[in-house]
Amino acid sequence: MQLIECPWCGPRDEIEFRYGGQAGIAYPEDPSALSDEEWAGYVFMRDNPRGWFHERWYHVHGCRTWFSVRRHTVTHEIGRDPESPRREEFG
Amino acid sequence: MSAPVHPDFLWRDPDPRPSYDVVIVGGGGHGLATAYYLAKNHGITNVAVLEKGWLAGGNMARNTTVIRSNYLWDESAAIYEHSLKLWEGLSAELDYDLMFSQRGVLNLAHSLHDVREGRRRVNANVLNGVDAEWLDADEVRRFCPILEVGAHTRHPVLGATLQRRGGIAKHDHVAWGYARGADALGVDLVQGCEVTGFEIAGGRVRAVLTSRGRIAAGTVALAAAGHTSVLAARAGLRLPLQSHPLQALVSELLEPVLDCVVMSNAVHVYVSQAHKGELVMGAGIDPCNSYGQRGSFHVIEEQMSAALELFPVFNRVRVVRTWAGIVDVSPDASPIIGTTPVDGLMINAGWGTGGFKATPGSGWVYADTIASGRPHPLAEPFGLARFTTGALIDEHGAAAVAH
Repeated sequence: MQLIECPWCGPRDEIEFRYGGQAGIAYPEDPSALSDEEWAGYVFMRDNPRGWFHERWYHVHGCRTWFSVRRHTVTHEIGRDPESPRREEFG
Repeated sequence: MSAPVHPDFLWRDPDPRPSYDVVIVGGGGHGLATAYYLAKNHGITNVAVLEKGWLAGGNMARNTTVIRSNYLWDESAAIYEHSLKLWEGLSAELDYDLMFSQRGVLNLAHSLHDVREGRRRVNANVLNGVDAEWLDADEVRRFCPILEVGAHTRHPVLGATLQRRGGIAKHDHVAWGYARGADALGVDLVQGCEVTGFEIAGGRVRAVLTSRGRIAAGTVALAAAGHTSVLAARAGLRLPLQSHPLQALVSELLEPVLDCVVMSNAVHVYVSQAHKGELVMGAGIDPCNSYGQRGSFHVIEEQMSAALELFPVFNRVRVVRTWAGIVDVSPDASPIIGTTPVDGLMINAGWGTGGFKATPGSGWVYADTIASGRPHPLAEPFGLARFTTGALIDEHGAAAVAH
């Protein structure tokens, strides 16, 4: 069981969260201009590193915030993502 | 009756040579089967299998050994049924007792949706020449008397699909049989040899760089399961794969109590009793990416609660060992087999939670693909191109493991 820090609720058990996969996959700015290969890249291709991974989690059984963490895929160590919202940013 | 003579070694332990026609990266079941069929079916014997650890120490040693071919779509039914037919002659082919036991595989239905989906799959299987039957709840109880199908459970059993030709085999023997067979045909099985990079020139792979030096290769064939993305990244490729832990466990040894395989997609458990007597149970995957070869306890907890609801008779059984393997899951729960944008670099990955059953068929079609440079007809629909064309082969329903 991993202990994951929700930016709003604080550290909670992994079972309260849903996994969201790789972070930072931006929706294409001009979707109609994309080739099939580019669509395949956006929809299906993902990094899958053995090491640090920038990823999304969803606190589905809590405050329902989406946020990003950096997590090591071998040690499961979790580091804070500097770009993810902090508690003080929630009104 | 005299005891059989057991040889000291089943295969040589060679140092790698500087060059091979084909280098297979990964010495698990699929890699070993590929090497065997390259030599046996195609006469290509200047082949090395490079394994960073020891042979068959990854997912081949960690799976739950379930074998079946009752997949939904034509493409999947064709390749898994080809594999099952090979299983049926494999002990004789390899002259090695694989303890292949066609004891029947039940896939339980717990809801009206499951029932419809199960009946649909039975019909699809029959049309594809795959043996399949639909059992109602009474028939399920007669087929597997210790299964609790009653109306008082949280997830009552409303019926099940049954593939009588499905079953289990002894995973170690499968690896050893293929390894011995490939070695005897001249293939070098090189252990303790990690591939750290690729030499690519003019868009073509020329060699692999390894912990034991540079090895030139005409063709490089990846067969690295959960670590395929890591290798592909070293060749500059990004793949539609995510690596997850898949957990399993065994109980203490019991007298014979369960003579079939029982799988439940809805409550996330699959159970069989190995020849030795232990119950072998598999779980769903851990949802997050990981290469840790260990999973979270709550996944096992959920798996055990499902197992105990289905089999109240197991409620005093002790768990002896739990473990995890790293499975590479593709977006449509189907494998990826064939060529890559790098000439001479082949891929066979994405078998996810169901690779063991496919071992012979996977090796067969991959060897043909390597030998001819174009996909084997059974492998063709499983190429990387399907993620661009959109012709996905969605087998999340038949995969039977939650992911």
